[in-house]
Amino acid sequence: MSEQLNVPTMEELMAQGKQPDILFWVGSAGSYDDRAKKITRAFVKILNKANVNFAVLGTEETCTGDVAKRAGNEFLFQMQAMMNIEVLNAYEVKRIVTCDPHSFNCLKNEYPGLGGNYEVLHHTQFIKELIETKKLDIKDGVFNGKRITFHDPCYLGRANSEYNAPRDVLATLNANLLEMKRSKATALCCGAGGAQMFKDAEKGDKEINELRTEDALKTNPEIIATACPYCMTMMSDGVKVKEKESDITVLDIAELIAQSQNL
Amino acid sequence: MSYLPNILFAIILIGGIGYFVKNVKKLFRNINLGQDVDVSDNKPERWKNMARIALGQSKMVRRPVSGFLHVVVYVGFVIINIEVLEIIIDGLFGTHRIGLSILPTSVYGFLIGTFELLAILVLIAVTVFWIRRNVIKLQRFWKSEMTGWPKKDGNFILYFEMVLMTLFLVMNATDLHFQSLNSGNIISQFIAPIFSKLPETTLHVIERSAWWIHIIGILIFLNYLYFSKHLHILLAFPNTYYGKLTPKGQFNNLESVTNEVKLMMDPNADPFAAPAEGEADEVPAKFGASDVQDLSWVSLLNAYTCTECGRCTSECPANLTGKKLSPRKIMMDTRDRLEEVGKNIDANNGEFKDDGKQLLGDYITNEEIWACTSCNACVEACPVSIDPLSIIIEMRRYLVMEQSAAPSELNNMMTNIENNGAPWPYNQMDRLNWKNE
Repeated sequence: MSEQLNVPTMEELMAQGKQPDILFWVGSAGSYDDRAKKITRAFVKILNKANVNFAVLGTEETCTGDVAKRAGNEFLFQMQAMMNIEVLNAYEVKRIVTCDPHSFNCLKNEYPGLGGNYEVLHHTQFIKELIETKKLDIKDGVFNGKRITFHDPCYLGRANSEYNAPRDVLATLNANLLEMKRSKATALCCGAGGAQMFKDAEKGDKEINELRTEDALKTNPEIIATACPYCMTMMSDGVKVKEKESDITVLDIAELIAQSQNL
Repeated sequence: MSYLPNILFAIILIGGIGYFVKNVKKLFRNINLGQDVDVSDNKPERWKNMARIALGQSKMVRRPVSGFLHVVVYVGFVIINIEVLEIIIDGLFGTHRIGLSILPTSVYGFLIGTFELLAILVLIAVTVFWIRRNVIKLQRFWKSEMTGWPKKDGNFILYFEMVLMTLFLVMNATDLHFQSLNSGNIISQFIAPIFSKLPETTLHVIERSAWWIHIIGILIFLNYLYFSKHLHILLAFPNTYYGKLTPKGQFNNLESVTNEVKLMMDPNADPFAAPAEGEADEVPAKFGASDVQDLSWVSLLNAYTCTECGRCTSECPANLTGKKLSPRKIMMDTRDRLEEVGKNIDANNGEFKDDGKQLLGDYITNEEIWACTSCNACVEACPVSIDPLSIIIEMRRYLVMEQSAAPSELNNMMTNIENNGAPWPYNQMDRLNWKNE
C-alpha cells in the first residue's frame, strides 16, 4: 500500500456543505485499468500538491457512454449521458477535469445537447493552468535533457484542436522534446479509438499501434509521453512488441509532472 | 449564308449549356434525396471557410508539391476562362477578337499575354500530374478503388486540359493579325515559326479549327463534369461552405433517440399510454443509415464533391495497416450508389423502385465500417472539407441499433456498460479502489 491520497467525493463534500472548485472525472479506464490507475494516482498527487479543492464522484460515476456512441449505440450513450447529467447537475458541477481525452470530448461537446453544460478541461490543460497560476512550481532536474517524444491523442488533438497544452507542460521539464514526423494535426492514431480498444482489429498486414510505435522510435526517444489511457495501452504494447521496453518508458504527462516533483 | 457559323455556334452553345443545366438539376435532385439538416447557422464563419479553403486553397498547399501545381492549374483555369467570354461574343456575332476593338492594344495584349503564360504553366503542371499518376505511380493513385473508370477519369481530365491549352496557344500562334500586333503573344510567338512555311489560307484554316475545337472542347468538358470527379471545381465551394463547424470529435446526438430515452427515464411516463393523436400513423424513425437516402444531404454533397485525390486514405491508420477501409472508397461508393438511385428514379417516373440493393452491404462492407478508429485523420486531410467519418458512424448506428450486428466483442463491451457502468466487467462499487492501491 502506497501513501494515502486525499480524494474527497462529491457526496462527502456535500454532507459537509462544501462545494469543490472542480470535479475530477476519473473515467472507466482511470478507475479500473491497472496501468491507467497509476495515471489517476499521479494526477491526484499533483492536485494534492497544488492544494486544488477538487472532488470525485466515486461510485456515483459511471461510463460517459462515449465508447458506446463511437460503436454506434446511440441509445446506450444517451442513457449513460442522461444518468450522468442528472448526477452532475444535482451536485451543481460547473467545472470538470479528466485524464481521458475521450471523456473530455464527450463531456465537452456531446453532453451540452442533452442538458449537461460544464466547463471541461483535459488534465494537460489543467496542469498548464496550475503552472501558469504558480500553484505548481516545476523544478527541472529529473528529466533534464531527456529525449521525450509526445504522441497526440486524436480526441485531444484533431478532435478538439488542443495541440499546445501538452507541449507547453512538457516544455517546463527542460527535456529534449522531439516531434514525430506525423504530429499534431497529422498525428497517427494509436489504434484504440472508435471502440477499437475493445475488439480485435480487422484483417490487415500490421497493427496500428506498431506503426505508431515505429513513428515514435524514429525519434530515438528515452520516453514516449502520452495523455490518454488508451494511447498508454497501445503505445506500451507497441514498445513491447518492438522489444524496446528496457530502453524506452511510456509515461503519461501527469506521471512525468508528478515524478519531476518527486511525488 | 454568312450567318451559318453564327447560327451553328449558337446551337452548339445552347445545346452544350442546356445539357449541363439538365444534369445540374439532376444533381440537385439527387443531393436532396438526403435527410434534411440545419446548416443555416454561423453564416460569416461559413463564408470565411469557403474563402479560405476553396477559393484560397489553404488545405491544398499542406502538401507543397501537389498543392503548388494545383494552384497553378486552378488559377490558370479561372483566369484563362475570361477568354471564353470573348470567344462566345465572337462566335455569336461573327466578330473576330472583339476585345481588340474595345480595349487598347496594350491592355488586350496584357490580358492575352497573361492567359498564354498561364496556359503554358497549366500545360507543364498537368504534365507533371500525369507523370505522378502514370510514371511515378504515387501509391494513393493506385489503391484498389482506383481501377476502371476512376483511373481513366483522372487521366482524361489531364488530357482534356492538355488539349485545350494547346489549342488556345495554336489558335493564337496561327492568327497572323494577332501575331503582327506583337502584343500578348508572349508564348505563341515561339510556336508561330512552326507554321511559318504554310500558306496564309492554310494558317487560317488551322486557326479557325483550333478556335472551334477549343470552344467545343470547353463545352464537352463542361458536360463531362457531371460524370467525373472533376465536379469538385464547382462543388468545392458549396461543400466548404456547408462543412462541419463544430469540433471534429463532436458527433451529433440523434434526436429520435433522445425522445425515446427521455420517455424511458421519465418515472411519470406511462409505457402503456396510447400514442397522442396523429402519432400513431407516424413511421418509426430509422436509426442510422443503410442507404444513401438515410444520409444527410451534406454527406451526399460530400460524395459528389470528392475528387478522389486519396489524401484521406493515405492518412487513414486502418488503410495504412492493410485494412480494407478506405475513406475515399466510402465517398466513391456513396456517389456511385446515389447515381444508381437517381437513374432508378429517372427510369420509374420520378419514384424510387426498390432494387433490392443498398449502400451498406452491396457497396460498403461491414468489415470496412468496423475498421475505423474515428481518428478524424481523413476529415483533417480532405482539402475540400469532406467528412467520411460521419457516414461511417451513421452506418455503425444502423448496424447496432437496427440490426444488432456489432462484432461480438463490442456487444460484450456494451453489455458491460449496461450492467455495471463500465466497458469492462468490474463492479461499480470498486470504482474508487485506485485511491488505496
